[in-house]
Amino acid sequence: MKRVYVNEDWCLGCHLCEYYCGLSNSGMADMVKAFSGEKKPLPRIRIEEGDGINFAVQCRHCESPFCVKGCITGALSVNQDGIISIDESRCVGCYTCVLSCPFGCIVTSEDEKAVKKCDLCLKNGGEPACVKGCPNRAIVFEER
Amino acid sequence: MNYVIIGNSAAAIGAVSGIRAIDKAGAITVISDEPYHTYSRPLISYWLQGKVTDEKIYYREPDFYEKNCCSAILGKKVTAIHPDKKELSLDDGDKISYDRLLVATGSSPFVPPMKGLESVKNQSTFMSYDDAKKVKSMVTPNSRVLIIGAGLIGLKAAEALEGKCAEMTIIDLADRILPSILDLEGSAIMQKHIESRGAKFVLNQSVAEFSGNQATLKNGDILNFDVLIVAVGVRPNTALVSEAGGKVDRGILTDNRQRTSLKDIYAAGDCTVSHDISSGSDRILALLPNAYMQGEVAGCNMGKADSAVYNKAIPMNAIGFFGLHIITAGTYQGECYSRQTETGYKKLFYQDNLLKGFILIGDVNRAGIYTSMIKEQTPLDSVNREMLFENPVLMAFGKPYRLEKLGGIKGE
Repeated sequence: MKRVYVNEDWCLGCHLCEYYCGLSNSGMADMVKAFSGEKKPLPRIRIEEGDGINFAVQCRHCESPFCVKGCITGALSVNQDGIISIDESRCVGCYTCVLSCPFGCIVTSEDEKAVKKCDLCLKNGGEPACVKGCPNRAIVFEER
Repeated sequence: MNYVIIGNSAAAIGAVSGIRAIDKAGAITVISDEPYHTYSRPLISYWLQGKVTDEKIYYREPDFYEKNCCSAILGKKVTAIHPDKKELSLDDGDKISYDRLLVATGSSPFVPPMKGLESVKNQSTFMSYDDAKKVKSMVTPNSRVLIIGAGLIGLKAAEALEGKCAEMTIIDLADRILPSILDLEGSAIMQKHIESRGAKFVLNQSVAEFSGNQATLKNGDILNFDVLIVAVGVRPNTALVSEAGGKVDRGILTDNRQRTSLKDIYAAGDCTVSHDISSGSDRILALLPNAYMQGEVAGCNMGKADSAVYNKAIPMNAIGFFGLHIITAGTYQGECYSRQTETGYKKLFYQDNLLKGFILIGDVNRAGIYTSMIKEQTPLDSVNREMLFENPVLMAFGKPYRLEKLGGIKGE
């Protein structure tokens, strides 16, 4: 399946992927409006920054996903294409998926009980907004 | 192939998924003594709280059986397994035959013998949807609720009843709350937090005698209550297998393919004994993720012998009470790295170059990075330990790991 892959040598650490992800999942059209409100859109991707190294991390859409297997409600599921997504209406915020994800890719929110995660922009047109917005092709959406 | 599953919860559903990954055509029959479509047992407290409706308590979509070509026999109890005839007896006299059988019978609430318990009119355990319905029907805004057991189940019941009753007292024989997952310091943090929401604890104490709505404690104190919830613990349901001649200890014994000692009979979930790789000991791990994964492995092996193993079981819990989250995993042995955080603390336990366990209260983000290290037994000298202990980050794992996991590039 197509996944978002990271080339950490090319990552500038600009965090634009986080902004595009947050915007894409906010339901709003305008970046400035989306991020100027009191409640900031929550990105499902995060940049880890270190001594001269930066890279983006988001859901790896594992073939054997512990988050889905451990989910106590069945809110997390895998579709026929292997994409893992969450039905937020069924998430009670127990965080068993946070406990289970080996890559730390489940995002929690202080304002809402339901967790968030990358679904490869399945519900937002199918092409990941983070990849579209990356200025240096440090993340790509392809088969590997 | 004719597959039969006794049970209809996480292990059973995992097994259906495991069987169907291998065998799309075989017949699957799911049998449960509860009359409901598969529902999420941990959701009963959320249901009682009013945060989950009857329509949303299901564990898998309403068309799950249909989609997976399963037939479900609900509301009937299996009374015996006859391994020689490869047959089950049901409580209505029916016989069901099987080629491969999964026992996923779960666990039952343990109610210790307590003098006068039968004189308590309004009492319930807290394990099933029916229990939750019963509790809901008994509790009124004027009720004084007494909960026996300050473990995960008792405290989830307490959380669910906040604001729905007049008084709530939780009593436990242990000297602290949540003793199965927390150390003393963690228990104290959670106790203070839960007390701030109005619940009262009576620890180091037990009931000597009940008389109607009155409990006399061992120390002579008298507690008056209207509703009693017994949440002392659970015991694996092993009788079907032991009566059929299968090997049983505290739970049903299986190998790492989830086979019992009886031919073509598998077992998974709360009814079994698991091998905890973090402590190296055999124990009951009554946890939903463990049940699902054991069930899935059992299902795969029922479909095709030796097609899967389950050898990474560890204790692990994610749970929150009144907005304060706890994530714990593994075994608390060895040296301890500890740090206070704004809302709680973090403790990591390590020994012999391995992370053995952890307790996070409050800030639990990215805890799974630690869980994975325990399960995969990642040597600590292969990562930047200082960085990792400070925060669970992938930066600490080095470039080859990231190239593989994030870059999809293997073996460079």
